[in-house]
Amino acid sequence: MKKIIRAAALSGAVALALAACGSAPSDDTTTPATGGDATSTGGATNSDFKGCIVSDSGGFNDKSFNESGLNGLLAAKKTLGIQTAQAESKTDDAYAPNIANMISQKCNMIVSVGFKLSTATGDAAKASPDTKFAIVDAQPTDSKGAALTLDNVKPLEFDTAQAAYLAGYLAAGMTKTGVVGTYGGLKIPTVTVFMDGFADGIAKYNEVKGKDVKLVGWDKAKQDGLFNSGNAPFDPGSGKANADSLVAANADIILPVAGGAALDALTAAKATPGTLVIWVDSDGALINPDSSSVILTSVMKLIGAAVESSVTDAVQGKFSAEPYVGTLQNEGVGIAPYHDLDSKVPDDLKKEVDQLKADIISGKLKVESVSSPK
Amino acid sequence: MSTGNAMVTVLAFVLALVIGGVLIAAVDPDVTKAAGYFFSRPGDLLSAAWSAVASAYAALFRGAVFDYQADTFALAIRPLTETMTTATPLIIASLGVAVAFRAGLFNIGAQGQVILGAIVSGYIGFTYHLPAGVAVLLALLGGIAGGALWGGIAGVLKARTGAHEVIVTIMLNYVATNLLAWLLTTKAFIGTNGEPKSITVLPHAQLPLLFGSQFRVTWGFVIAILASVAVWWLMSRSRLGFQLRAVGSNPAASRTAGISVQRMTIYVMLISGALAGLAGAVQLLGTSKYITDGIAGTIGFDAITVALLGRSKPLGIFFAGLLYGGLSAGGRFMEVVTGTPIDIVLVLQALVVLFVAAPALVRTIFRIPAPSGELKGAAA
Repeated sequence: MKKIIRAAALSGAVALALAACGSAPSDDTTTPATGGDATSTGGATNSDFKGCIVSDSGGFNDKSFNESGLNGLLAAKKTLGIQTAQAESKTDDAYAPNIANMISQKCNMIVSVGFKLSTATGDAAKASPDTKFAIVDAQPTDSKGAALTLDNVKPLEFDTAQAAYLAGYLAAGMTKTGVVGTYGGLKIPTVTVFMDGFADGIAKYNEVKGKDVKLVGWDKAKQDGLFNSGNAPFDPGSGKANADSLVAANADIILPVAGGAALDALTAAKATPGTLVIWVDSDGALINPDSSSVILTSVMKLIGAAVESSVTDAVQGKFSAEPYVGTLQNEGVGIAPYHDLDSKVPDDLKKEVDQLKADIISGKLKVESVSSPK
Repeated sequence: MSTGNAMVTVLAFVLALVIGGVLIAAVDPDVTKAAGYFFSRPGDLLSAAWSAVASAYAALFRGAVFDYQADTFALAIRPLTETMTTATPLIIASLGVAVAFRAGLFNIGAQGQVILGAIVSGYIGFTYHLPAGVAVLLALLGGIAGGALWGGIAGVLKARTGAHEVIVTIMLNYVATNLLAWLLTTKAFIGTNGEPKSITVLPHAQLPLLFGSQFRVTWGFVIAILASVAVWWLMSRSRLGFQLRAVGSNPAASRTAGISVQRMTIYVMLISGALAGLAGAVQLLGTSKYITDGIAGTIGFDAITVALLGRSKPLGIFFAGLLYGGLSAGGRFMEVVTGTPIDIVLVLQALVVLFVAAPALVRTIFRIPAPSGELKGAAA
């Protein structure tokens, strides 16, 4: 036994030694600390700009909006050569101090992610009028929860109902059982806005085709439906009961609006052949390659692009507090390619979906949800 | 006993900092790069590692105690006030855990009791329009009552049926978490908010700021000091405290001496829960001002570690709470300034407690002889 340990230790040491045999970089090239490839407009001054981001308690590796937001900021860092700083909030009481630390570290722009930071952002923005803010999926609020309009805060919101409408129509056209389902992480506007659009898309299909496809898990009129319970409704595992109950209710297409808890729908779909999932936020077939055979499409919300463009605007001195609302028209929301299932989607259905998209963009068709950004 | 233990605690902190330093160096990108050519220029690795660790720990200090690089004096001392703010609920909840420890009970349910304290004090705070002074007092009392109720359930079950308090309090944590999640869907709590976020506590029920609007410290910190003194008096000077400690060290002997162990079990869980509930009330009425699903954060669990670190003594807990609060506040600052992941700080906190709980290990490493007459593993 001892010999084995010694042998293992020796081979480990050899491996380490070999790994450390690289050649040292020459000393005469003085590389700048950040942003070596600052080639875009005003590259020299960009490195003075500091873009910062504060996550909500979901953390930056949440496979959802925190991660997308951070990726947007890092993309801006890469193209513009700005400095960045990030603060991951572990608990709700970290929001205010994290933003305060960003201000004391002279961040030019602070991106805060999610409605949980709306009060902390509102308070900080009022106290620091020279710092620019962007807040994802929310508006800044005062401590009573009333929305504020501030000159230095840009809300980044998304009318995902438009994209979910297309997904609803598609799902209604693809279902074999005549039942489609949805569940959410929490009953909050940024979740139910997907469900409203989805419900309307299905209703549109029924109206056009004279069919009776049913949606379980969301009642748009009553604004009530199926949501995860427990302490961490957006974490994997929390959606299992709901995903299973939808499959049991004969739903063969599921829209899980639940962050990481959407993975439970993939598990349920793989366990029951013929069941498909419509992913949300990002292109699910790309981030879950092992499940791409059951992902019909994704209702995408391009948070990263919105963060990147708002930071870019601020760097170039074009910051405005005008709220950004992602729509089909400005490609802030959209549905993903069908990927693996492309051949299974009838061409007529694809054309109808494309036509609906064009109609929504032209304004001929209005998708309405009480939860859409105002 | 006290000098030896204080020494071990300090050395435990030093050990944790050393190991934390290795981790900080290991995750630093410059260090990783320099490690790639260690044999052609070993100095690079050492200097990169040194600068990574030094700047991270400097930032930890600047974020927890005094930011010597700040522009104004107020900004420079803000870190210390942040440490106090973070430590306030921790100290109070930890006193509750310690009271139970001293009476021989493991109250793992501080988290649930903190939540109940926040729920009750919050409901009083945003529902009833009361004059200044009365409002905040009533809300605080409500928080105490809520926590005491939650702790008391476990106490009664233990005393009457023998149900183990560890199991019962853990289960009550789940009940409290889900009760809160449900309450945050009701009109009575969230009013017109679309999100699961309660109505804001009315101004009269909020704890006033201690040092003005530049700092977040509230009178909650004073409450934490008063609570520490009160628990010291209770445990060291009062008749009830003597009985509690007697039951903690030897229930059978206490019973023979005429102390009702059952009644003491209920009392101690009521007191323990009341303190945790007060912690929830102070966090809500002072710092958060509205209830979210994360109102309790990790206060209830950190309180257990702080109680261990402070060896269940009020003064020890007060400083252990400040240390813990300082590590949290400093860790947040460190992440922003040097990009060191905040998880490192969580590891640091865990290591400190681990070494404090294993005094023999620390003594062996530093070759300190064990004080004569000390019992083995007398951590709590």
